[in-house]
Amino acid sequence: MSLDLDATDRAILRALQADATLKASALGRRLGLSQPATWRRIKRLTEAGVIGTRRLDLDLEALGFGVTVFLGVKLALKGRVSLEDFERAVVAIPEVQTVEHVLGLYDYRLRVVARDLPDFERVLRRRIMTLPGVGQVEANVLLSEERRPGPLG
Amino acid sequence: MTQLAEAAGMPLATCYKRLDRLQAQGVLRGQHHTINWSELGYGVEVSLRLTLDKTAPRAFDEFLAAARLVPEVTEIQTFLGRVDVRLAVIARSMTHYQEIYRDRILSLPHIADIEALMQIATIKHQQTVPL
Repeated sequence: MSLDLDATDRAILRALQADATLKASALGRRLGLSQPATWRRIKRLTEAGVIGTRRLDLDLEALGFGVTVFLGVKLALKGRVSLEDFERAVVAIPEVQTVEHVLGLYDYRLRVVARDLPDFERVLRRRIMTLPGVGQVEANVLLSEERRPGPLG
Repeated sequence: MTQLAEAAGMPLATCYKRLDRLQAQGVLRGQHHTINWSELGYGVEVSLRLTLDKTAPRAFDEFLAAARLVPEVTEIQTFLGRVDVRLAVIARSMTHYQEIYRDRILSLPHIADIEALMQIATIKHQQTVPL
């Protein structure tokens, strides 16, 4: 059963999606609500599990990680290698930020960070291509990325 | 913040100063909340990988501008590689997805090819880098 949201709830979600550091007081002022009323709504949305994780917006390039690559990975010899073995090995790679199990042309979608292209090649050769059961791998270098607010109209 | 200072093994004041510096340097730009769309009834998530018709001069700009107008698109990424653009699309059901796909996605300009990957599970999601 999903939660019913009114326009104010949606405005709160939109604001927190853009800035998680907003306090209930500042957010309330912006929406014309009192601080306690705003706080109650945030509490309800949090308890319902609608408000998810708080994430940092990092400038990876400033940290020396200039390259982000998405890999589509297809497992070879399905059935002979267990998904668990592959998953256990892939999540242990520090350069792999996300691992998603997908259905379609590939079995897994990985987000990999590297300092530069030679560093990415090292990760690909030494860490990715040696994973248990790994088959075909497709790489696409990330050029730009934007988050959209989603259907909160 | 107290926990962060403890974890980093530094006094609280130093920790604040360091964070301020990371912000001033632009390394730490801010924070945002994610939304658990499944809790709002959006149980379907699909990754659409698109190839654009690059012979059209403003293919990328026009495609991206139109894609931003589709409310169910939650992420837009552009790539160098076989795939030009990836859209993350959420829907309430497969029927709803089909509607969005037919009415909103296929009508976007300059599409040469589309492949869909359906999201089954997120195994790992972290933002850390091997510093």
